[in-house]
Amino acid sequence: MGQANQPNRRLQRAMRGAAVLSIVAVLAAACSSGSSSSSSAPGVTSNSIAVGSHQPLTGPAAPGYSEIAPAAKAMFQYVNAKGGVNGRSINYTYEDDAYNPSQTATVVRKLVLQDNVFAIVNGLGTPTHQQVQPFLNTEKVPDLFVASGCVCWNQASKYPQTYGYQTNYQIEGRILGKYVHDNFAGQKVGFLLQNDDLGQGGSNGLSAEIPPADVASKQNYDVSALSSGLGNQMAALQAAGVKVVVGFSIPAASALALLAAAQIGYHPQWVFSSIDADITTMSGLVSSFSKGKAGASLLEGVLTAGYLPSASDTSNPWVALYKKIHDQYDSSNPFDANTVYGMSWAYNFIQVVQKAGKNLSRKSLTDAMNSADLSGPGLLPLTYSSTDHRGYEGEQMAKFESGAVKLFGPVYKAIETGSITSLTTTPPAPPANF
Amino acid sequence: MTGMEQRLRAAWDRVPPLGRRVATAVIAYLVLILVANGLNRYRDFQISEIASFAVVAVGLTVLTGLNGQISLGHGALMAVGAYTAAVLLIHAHIPLVLVLAACVVSGAVVGAAVGAVAARLRGPYLAGATLALAVGLPQIPKSYKYFGRDQGLTINPPLPPKWLGDTFPLERWGAYICLLGAVVAVFLLTNLVHSRFGREFAAVRDDEVAASLAGIPVARTQVVAFMVSAACAGLGGGLLALVLPTIGPGGFTLTLSIQLLVAIVIGGMGSLPGAVVGAGLIVFLPGWSDSLARGLGFSDQIGANLSLAIFGGVLIVVILALPGGIADGLRRIRRLFPVRTRRDTATAE
Repeated sequence: MGQANQPNRRLQRAMRGAAVLSIVAVLAAACSSGSSSSSSAPGVTSNSIAVGSHQPLTGPAAPGYSEIAPAAKAMFQYVNAKGGVNGRSINYTYEDDAYNPSQTATVVRKLVLQDNVFAIVNGLGTPTHQQVQPFLNTEKVPDLFVASGCVCWNQASKYPQTYGYQTNYQIEGRILGKYVHDNFAGQKVGFLLQNDDLGQGGSNGLSAEIPPADVASKQNYDVSALSSGLGNQMAALQAAGVKVVVGFSIPAASALALLAAAQIGYHPQWVFSSIDADITTMSGLVSSFSKGKAGASLLEGVLTAGYLPSASDTSNPWVALYKKIHDQYDSSNPFDANTVYGMSWAYNFIQVVQKAGKNLSRKSLTDAMNSADLSGPGLLPLTYSSTDHRGYEGEQMAKFESGAVKLFGPVYKAIETGSITSLTTTPPAPPANF
Repeated sequence: MTGMEQRLRAAWDRVPPLGRRVATAVIAYLVLILVANGLNRYRDFQISEIASFAVVAVGLTVLTGLNGQISLGHGALMAVGAYTAAVLLIHAHIPLVLVLAACVVSGAVVGAAVGAVAARLRGPYLAGATLALAVGLPQIPKSYKYFGRDQGLTINPPLPPKWLGDTFPLERWGAYICLLGAVVAVFLLTNLVHSRFGREFAAVRDDEVAASLAGIPVARTQVVAFMVSAACAGLGGGLLALVLPTIGPGGFTLTLSIQLLVAIVIGGMGSLPGAVVGAGLIVFLPGWSDSLARGLGFSDQIGANLSLAIFGGVLIVVILALPGGIADGLRRIRRLFPVRTRRDTATAE
């Protein structure tokens, strides 16, 4: 009896052992898909280019900003439908990082090490992208058009793969500061600054143009403490007799500032950073924070700046082109400044890929960037060099007027130091067959 | 059994339990190293994450499953270890082993403090107190530049030793370190569970009055259990800081504490292997649910939140169908295929 059972038992044991081993083997095999490529052009095939990004699709930064990536993707889809760039379609994968730097680290590693993207494009956010800037440069992954105004993207010797896109906060501070000094001379100025690179960079720029004697008050706030409102800061500005408030603050904070000031009957001239220059987002925030009691009228007369055409300027040929692409590929999202932003950088990326040529490699891409002089949707050309990785180096002033953002005056050109000049060139229209 | 198998089994049985566990740990570590070598760099990165969470999860499963104390604050305890590691690696230049030891100590110290307060609390009140810890503790770094405020702290990941070669991937070395931490943690906790402490933990969980009548100091036992699990959380947080390699308040939210709890419930409360499986779930589930959402064509907003919904759904299913978790499920499957030994067949005759 015993003898007859033994083969059974051994068979069972062997089967169980084999089952476990095969599960482990299958798991290991499944997990190790996608070995890291050692070629010079990972993510590039004869007819496609894979690029990736990290975006705040959920979380505190999602309102508004989550529209940027779908708009860019729509631009790529439009171009892909017309044959792509040098015969290659651009496949854009963007992962959610919920504006959480730890998550950014994970999703970017996935995009680079697992999905083997060719480049990371338009990574959004200062704290988030700062997490992956060293990694991307160590891995020699092109890191183009970072969606943040931090001056830290312009470190060509330390981080040669990283290139900025939007006008950085310090340059913007200089331009806003110059406008305030030229047009509100003698009036007391106050600053509203976010407690991070945004506020710091803006303050550095403003202080270079506005004499310290004119600055009566500098107020700070933490993003994490926004829920308690900005009443104290507004009261302090009013008490200091400030007539012009310049804010380097995210849309939510700027909206709270407007409301808090209105509540105490304080109506200074507001000047906000270009990151607030989207009337849809701002009026939506003002309305929801005040539970419908205030609306777009509170924004009337607010000054801001921009480096791209206004989304409400339907006479602009780029805006018309974007509207056409939006209606075809991105209709589930609103058409606003975020749409214009997304499609604009995407267009610039297409220009650079075109320039990099049919023999596309990471080196040919960064070489193309290092000699780029991209004229396109921007109010001024977007230029890079092997030592200059800043994005736009200038802005035009704008005003919130009758529910739209209207650009006015000259386009100023500047960097962090040196003189501020006015541009005389006008941007071109989109190419005829685009 | 053949004669050879019988002799091997007899020899194995003769080795004291501690020796058996050491041998198992060494073999397990070698197998895991082999697996890590066969995976690409991103998977190695994920293995490191799983190992870090596993260290926390095994501590938590001992606390909750064996000692009956619910903690919703282990994410915060991970943060303690992570920030300890980050601060030491940035400002001091001591060997990695000492850094990780410091994480264990810092976790244990905070755990002792919390445990002492929590020793008076039971059930939902204990859960509430640890909830306060989970929400409140990560706010502290936000107020100090030294701790990096919202941006957090970034460390330089540990570099592989030269003899492994110039091209040895950073992520693989991180996996080696984290896997070692996980194996050591599981080994130590296995010994703990089978020791006097383990029995005292269980006795206090089952009936405090009976335990105290038997001479077991209830409050001290509970504090010790909390300390042990907090030490594990500290170590797990330190290991995570090595591989991420940035840690900030946003990485240790309440969601993480809840995910850890859900993980050990799904794995099987009190089961160490179950806790490891649960840790794997925490790391893999967001990726799987993302692919699922994308495959089904959901919008980005839905896709990003899908993993939480799936986590919750799996939890509900497990509690209803398999309250003992995956570990219990495996036990039941094993019972379906009994392996009779020579002794069984002898009596059958």
